[in-house]
Amino acid sequence: MKKPTSTAPGEASGLAIPTLMPVGRRLFMRYAGFTALSATAVMEACTMSDHNVPGGMVVDLGSGDFGVLNYAYALEQLEAAFYTMVIDMPYANMTPEERRILTEVRDHEIAHREFFKAALGSNAIRMLEVNFSAINFSSRDSVLQTARVFEDLGVSAYNGAGRLLTNPAFLTIAGKIVSVEARHAAVIRDLLQPKTTYFAGDDVVDPATGLDVVRSPMQVLPLAQPFIKNTISGNNLPTM
Amino acid sequence: MNLFNIFTEIENIDADAVERINYYSRRQMFRLGAKAAAAAVPATFAAIGSAYGQGAVPTVTEVLNFALTLEYLEAEFYRMGLMAPNLIPAQDRAVFMQISKHEDAHVKLLQVALGAAAVMKPNFKFPGDAFTNYQTFMFLAKALEDTGVRAYKGQAQFLTVNKDVLTVALRIHSVEARHAAEVRRLMGIKEWPSDPNEQPTAVYAGEVNTIHGGVNVAQLVANMMPVERVREAFDEPLTKEAVLAIAGPFIG
Repeated sequence: MKKPTSTAPGEASGLAIPTLMPVGRRLFMRYAGFTALSATAVMEACTMSDHNVPGGMVVDLGSGDFGVLNYAYALEQLEAAFYTMVIDMPYANMTPEERRILTEVRDHEIAHREFFKAALGSNAIRMLEVNFSAINFSSRDSVLQTARVFEDLGVSAYNGAGRLLTNPAFLTIAGKIVSVEARHAAVIRDLLQPKTTYFAGDDVVDPATGLDVVRSPMQVLPLAQPFIKNTISGNNLPTM
Repeated sequence: MNLFNIFTEIENIDADAVERINYYSRRQMFRLGAKAAAAAVPATFAAIGSAYGQGAVPTVTEVLNFALTLEYLEAEFYRMGLMAPNLIPAQDRAVFMQISKHEDAHVKLLQVALGAAAVMKPNFKFPGDAFTNYQTFMFLAKALEDTGVRAYKGQAQFLTVNKDVLTVALRIHSVEARHAAEVRRLMGIKEWPSDPNEQPTAVYAGEVNTIHGGVNVAQLVANMMPVERVREAFDEPLTKEAVLAIAGPFIG
């Protein structure tokens, strides 16, 4: 650990972190997530925009539209990793239908993740390390309840992020993804409580307005953080 | 999409449907000459179609009135479905009551948001056996919900001038997607569209797209999953014209 700091660079300087990172760091970050040496290398190299704190390296999502897209990318990474584990270690007596659904959802999340990684290119955050120690993958209930939390969280995050994007094309792309997350949420909820109101339950869809749940990044990140080893910083994201 | 396509597709489910629908259509829709029919276009269409037809960016009011029209349609459809005797099996009723509750709420919300600018509810007409044949009812519910998802998605880009309205629209959009998935589940079909031949064709036109923001996602993940998964992973928007072509036959 080199030069640990107590504030993110953006806070220290009073300025938002530039969208484009310096070339050296950019190249470094492109590869950091994909090598066996990454943990050590990252720890030694993360002094420019990231800082070390107990519990893991800070990953700053960045600012502007790219920051918002990195925010979505982080959530998609989390979901993709989760469903990959679910299918790799299926709970006992997973029905063929449940396996079909969970496999398809896994693939959708991987497609979303890979899309963001490619679209963001050099602006993409690194691959995150997940922490699923709270999830019992051998328990149907633990898996499906976690899936429900992730899907509803994703829906709320995209619904809250739309207003933060300035490029209408990005907004449309986010829209293409959020409705699939909402489909996931409904289906997972239906597996938990079949043919009830739960697929769009009053706990997520306000019965008075018919509006789905919405959260700002500052509300979403603390909920996602326990599942991610890296410390995620949304401090430079747009807030309006 | 026109009236005939959707009814042809219904015929695949209910062989007797077309005869009844043709009778219905002749009486309700085609007894007017072209000029008279144009004059009779509901105020809804005049209000929501004018700017768009000229390629102009629609105003927030126009977008919301377009949304309100679709919500009127959905709300009436479910209200009639729930009132129809012996249509919705008891075990599926909770689902449709929840959907109906949301569509009613969306109507009220949009009416309040629009105030005096809100369009009136048009008169709607539905295929002859929409409320007597559960398969037809579910097929229409699926088509309306998936169309709603695509319609809101297509209009979001025009709401960036008002962030609060945009957020409301997005929060409706995801509810429509929940509805669509659940109805599809009740029908026993996959919850996320991907079949290039899914009916009604106009509702799913273009859903097979796998290039997003210039990124060829199918190519990107070709070694990880079948292309079908990539089609499912992204829902596509529809233009207002495309949506009106789908919804038009229900209005009049």
